[in-house]
Amino acid sequence: MSDGTPAPPRPSILEIFSAFLLIGATSFGGGVVAYLRSGLVAKHEWLDDKTFVELLSISQTMPGLNATNMAILVGDRLRGALGAIAAIVGICLPGGLFMFVAGLLYGYHKDVSGAAEALKGVAAAAVGLVLATTVQISGKSLKGIVDLLFVAATAVCVAVFHWSVLYVLLGAGFLAILWYRPRGAAKAEEAAP
Amino acid sequence: MSTNLKEIPALLLVFGYLSLLTVGGGMAAYPEMQTLVVDVHHWLTEEQLIHFYSVGQLAPGPNMMMVAAIGEKVAGPLASLLVVVAFFLPTALMTFVVGKLWTRAERWPWRESIRKGLAPVSVGLILSGCISMAKVALSGWLAVVIAVAVFGILLKSKINPAFLILGGAIVGYFGLKG
Repeated sequence: MSDGTPAPPRPSILEIFSAFLLIGATSFGGGVVAYLRSGLVAKHEWLDDKTFVELLSISQTMPGLNATNMAILVGDRLRGALGAIAAIVGICLPGGLFMFVAGLLYGYHKDVSGAAEALKGVAAAAVGLVLATTVQISGKSLKGIVDLLFVAATAVCVAVFHWSVLYVLLGAGFLAILWYRPRGAAKAEEAAP
Repeated sequence: MSTNLKEIPALLLVFGYLSLLTVGGGMAAYPEMQTLVVDVHHWLTEEQLIHFYSVGQLAPGPNMMMVAAIGEKVAGPLASLLVVVAFFLPTALMTFVVGKLWTRAERWPWRESIRKGLAPVSVGLILSGCISMAKVALSGWLAVVIAVAVFGILLKSKINPAFLILGGAIVGYFGLKG
């Protein structure tokens, strides 16, 4: 890392862990990325916005959740491999404990009157949430009819034909990347087979 | 407490594999999770899986911490921890390595191709996850009403989704309890 840019801040492993633990404990309702930005960029000033967006674009491209991928990338930037471990453990710990306890309690839900009905309502609400998230992501990341065709083809293969997600991911991913392959700058926009 | 410790190797394999499918979000791995967890290994019923996923929307932090509940349910606390590690470690390692190469690959033209190409595929996978879930969760008119209401409210407002999930629990409790 000797490329002439100013030295990045060097918070301690414990500071990294605490910052991510706090984000992991307070980011209710999804949208962890917004909490990450306000914690890491605005509050601690460990990253500038440009770096944050750049790391986010890696996180979104790689398999893995945005939140955990960001923890790895930011932790590594601040303190190398140990920083990355501190960050991902910190961000996962609160939610992991929450769900561990939920899993324990779940064993007893049949004894509680109305719990099954409440869970039905929760599941229905979650479907609405996931669909809304899908629409919001689509609005941000999709452009044009070709993208919609790739979305539809992927969804039909998985949800209708029940093909293995792995093969669909590899196949459709390969074709889509090939479609967006690097071309000469001049004909990059209008080229179509 | 649990006699299912022999399930742990299978849990590690399944969740390590599912980890690799979470392109664009945890939901992308949902259809395969349903196949493996429900149909192949019979660890949960499809309703239980949806319950865990949905309750997981109330937990803070990364979206898929619900895998901890699956591990707990199948084989207790140790399995819970191991499932979380199996689910996050493979992608964490990949991201760690790629993060080091990525900035150096700034001028590599395929970088942008990969980003653009994977975007619609990941949306398609998330949509499939949503369909798998809806097929099971939307039984009965009240469930459909709840889902449509949550969907509409989230697109129109910036309310914290956790409140709507809790709202779903309340409506379900009073609306379905006969």
